[in-house]
Amino acid sequence: MDLSFTAEERAFRAELRDFFHTAVPDRIRRKLREGLHASKEEQVEAQRILNARGLAVPHWPVEWGGQNWSPIQTYIYQDELQQASVPSPLPFNCSMVGPVIAEFGSQAHKQRFLARAANLDDWWCQGFSEPGAGSDLASLRTAAVRDGDHFVINGQKTWTTLGQYADWIFVLARTDMAAKKQEGISFILVDMKTPGITVRPIQTIDGGVEVNEVWFDDVRVPAENLVGEINKGWDYAKFLLGNERTGIARIGISKARLLRIRELAAMEHVGEIRLIDDPKFREKLVNVEVELKALEMTQLRVVAQEKYLPRGKPNPMSSVLKIKGSELQQATTELMMDVIGPYVAPFFTEEELEFRNEPPIGPDDAATAAPMYFNMRKVSIYGGSNEIQRNILAKAVLGF
Amino acid sequence: MDFDLSDDQRLLKDSVDRLVADIYGFEQRKALLASSDGWSRENWAKFAELGLLGANFAEQHNGFGGGAVETMLIAQAFGRGLVVEPYLATVTLAGGLLRHCGVASLQDEYLPRIAAGEVTMCFAHHERLARYNQDYVSVSATRAGDGWQINGEKSLVLHGATADKIIVSARISGAVTDAGGIGLFLVDAAGLQRRGYATQDGQRAAEISFSATPAEAVLSLDAHGVIAQTIDEASAFLCAEAVGAMEDMHATTIDYMKTRKQFGRAIGEFQVLQHRAVDMLVELEQARSMSLYATMMSSETDAAERSRAISAARVQIGTSSRKLGQEAIQLHGGIAMTMEYKVGHYFKRLTMIEKTFGDTESHRARLVAAGTAF
Repeated sequence: MDLSFTAEERAFRAELRDFFHTAVPDRIRRKLREGLHASKEEQVEAQRILNARGLAVPHWPVEWGGQNWSPIQTYIYQDELQQASVPSPLPFNCSMVGPVIAEFGSQAHKQRFLARAANLDDWWCQGFSEPGAGSDLASLRTAAVRDGDHFVINGQKTWTTLGQYADWIFVLARTDMAAKKQEGISFILVDMKTPGITVRPIQTIDGGVEVNEVWFDDVRVPAENLVGEINKGWDYAKFLLGNERTGIARIGISKARLLRIRELAAMEHVGEIRLIDDPKFREKLVNVEVELKALEMTQLRVVAQEKYLPRGKPNPMSSVLKIKGSELQQATTELMMDVIGPYVAPFFTEEELEFRNEPPIGPDDAATAAPMYFNMRKVSIYGGSNEIQRNILAKAVLGF
Repeated sequence: MDFDLSDDQRLLKDSVDRLVADIYGFEQRKALLASSDGWSRENWAKFAELGLLGANFAEQHNGFGGGAVETMLIAQAFGRGLVVEPYLATVTLAGGLLRHCGVASLQDEYLPRIAAGEVTMCFAHHERLARYNQDYVSVSATRAGDGWQINGEKSLVLHGATADKIIVSARISGAVTDAGGIGLFLVDAAGLQRRGYATQDGQRAAEISFSATPAEAVLSLDAHGVIAQTIDEASAFLCAEAVGAMEDMHATTIDYMKTRKQFGRAIGEFQVLQHRAVDMLVELEQARSMSLYATMMSSETDAAERSRAISAARVQIGTSSRKLGQEAIQLHGGIAMTMEYKVGHYFKRLTMIEKTFGDTESHRARLVAAGTAF
């Protein structure tokens, strides 16, 4: 047992850190640090910088741009990327549809889509959830009916993150109405420009427009856009969600948030003393730090176990990472609210914040503290709600 | 970064696990608690035979040549078995003070005898008014001829009543809470006034009075650093012991939920209870992670960094063990309230661990003073 990083791992970390800080423009990283979102153009710009260096999809098969890193290298990469406030490569491309196509897609799919997904030439979005199918995803009703060389898709998807920017959507649709609910689902790739698709934005409680409803009205999709076998989509979705979970603790992001909280708390005053010197505040801060340190060690243990698990098989322990990681991300947003104090109140849209010429009201980051607190309530809901994670752990680890 | 045990460590773990399973059945332990010493010299000899008593001593001192990981493996097994022998007092505390004091003659004289099981020791440090301030030392040491003389009262001395030799902290100079001016002295237990008693968790402790007691200096300069290092190592031991206890407590609870039937089905079929069992698992895994962290950092040479890491681990494990312990009792129901069931004994041990060498709040306060847990 040796819980320190090797000299090679430390050098690897230093090299990545240097690259993220020098190659990705500070104007983009600063936005994330201050609680703003990267625009579509900035997301594309950042991902192409990473991709040019082979850092957009390091976990993919080498043939399609992967790096064949050890699990620990992948962990270090995520940690440094997140701590540097670099926009993560678009998860719909890089963690979701890409690995599914690489694993289950046809050669034609791979050649057509993978390189473009890695470079964000195509922007993908996810068509999984429906108004009636949230945690019980397998009860989805969007239907794809075979008609000659095409599937005809009808139905409604929701919570489609950044669907307003998307060129393509990967859809779970029912292709066998008679089968048991998990067994009649297929995984289909759909061009967002196909006639019959309507995207309607949903404004969330932070005031932003991050998610959408997507309607399918007799949308004709070439049959060749089916991934893998018909009616096997649920297996691919489980594979995809397993991928999503390993990175979902987002410890590096919480570390970056805590650093920012410290910076701002050193500038705010409570009476005569700086907030950062207030014992009550420090106590809240160290409580989060302790849990985050513990979670980081838990993450490293899960990472270290990877070499003993069959490839592509999700480790149920990653559900622990999801539960705790999401709780801690939320805890950092509460701390930030404490730092900003009454100045959480003034509301501006992100466009107003970015392009206005008036001085800001209150401390730095005041305008993003409450929206981020509101927005981050989502992290214990998405990616399999924390209650679903508890169901997984109860079954897979505790044997109930 | 590698969490795998070496072959030697795996061997040690297997043999200590087997020994504890063998000699620490519920009824066997119950008999031990009722005995006058409260622990077994027969068991102690078995520990010596397996090399546990010198696990982290150098080979030149008849030790196993191991380090913090070996200690962690032993502590975890002891936690699962609720072992009551004076291991922490003799090997971790007194052994630790001797290892860190740098006096070769004392190391050569005592460490091999500890490893062989020939001598038990304890560390008399805590005093009535100290609470969790490690620097609070009012017991005095004064020169007497070639040696020293100790005066004053030590309290809550782990296994103080049966120890053959006592290492006592005593003030040579300075005010009662000064970090400087504290020395360490070796005292023969024979003839000392000691009042031994059982603790809530079935361990033993003693109040010890020193009255012009002759003593040999272990460190007559500044023992602050050696004491802090040793107590941090003892904290790492307690973290691992707590994890061992939590593991078994959690597994016992899950088993019980699968067999206990109410309303015509196993209570483990109720989702509300499953989710609580999962929350216990999350606490256990976070605690296990921090025990590993404490183990790794217990030998860190930067004292400030080491003490932050230890305090962070104690905060996590103090919090997690309380939650897990209370839930284990609640999910069992009445049966866990009885002395006839193991879960209550784990609960008592975890509760006392939380109050040993700093409670959760005092460790949190250390982190607050340091400004960060990282």
